[in-house]
Amino acid sequence: MTINKTMEGTTTLTVALGGRLDTVTAPELSAALDITGVEELIFDFADLEYVSSAGLRVLLTAQKTMLTQGKMVIKNVNDTIMEVFEITGFADILTIE
Amino acid sequence: MKELTVDAVVSNIPLVTDFVDRQLEELECPIKAQMQIDIAIDEIFANISSYAYSPEVGPAIVRVEVLEDPLAVTITFVDNGVPFDPLTAETPDTTKDAEERQIGGLGIFMVKQTMDSISYEYKDGQNILMIKKNL
Repeated sequence: MTINKTMEGTTTLTVALGGRLDTVTAPELSAALDITGVEELIFDFADLEYVSSAGLRVLLTAQKTMLTQGKMVIKNVNDTIMEVFEITGFADILTIE
Repeated sequence: MKELTVDAVVSNIPLVTDFVDRQLEELECPIKAQMQIDIAIDEIFANISSYAYSPEVGPAIVRVEVLEDPLAVTITFVDNGVPFDPLTAETPDTTKDAEERQIGGLGIFMVKQTMDSISYEYKDGQNILMIKKNL
């Protein structure tokens, strides 16, 4: 999985993921996600094929943290991933654009 | 019917996924169904890797069978670890918000929601979990 991080200013972080966010790759994302001081966290899923529950775990942890320090948004979600979010109720927990 | 035997460790998930994907591609499986199956493999194989032989490592067999009329694929996971029926795992409350949400059980829940059928039996010392997807 590819992880591309871009900071805009000092408080907006965009994380673009490519490939699959699954049991094998979720720990990589978790390790790469340093969101201290971030007020807006944007995930770009344009190149992400799918997410498994291990990936949902990392997203949930990030969401919980961002609830206390700003906001988190997920953009460019494909149909498969959107369906996973809907089935699991994550569509109600996450902000998806 | 094609069969693969590997150590049940999470680092083998990509190997198992490729093994199944190659056969799905031969069947011209729709991409969305393939992704759902890939997610199911991730969830199921991760569970087996974590629980079946813990803390040791043991083998898992993955069998792919194609059914015709109507076209469907079944994937069976067999291990000889601790008896465990994932279908009796508690269904998570998907209406809870982020503050209260638990992840446990979500994996199997997703598999149940996206596969056309899922069955489990414990026989001759083996956990046998089969998922079926109509194509």
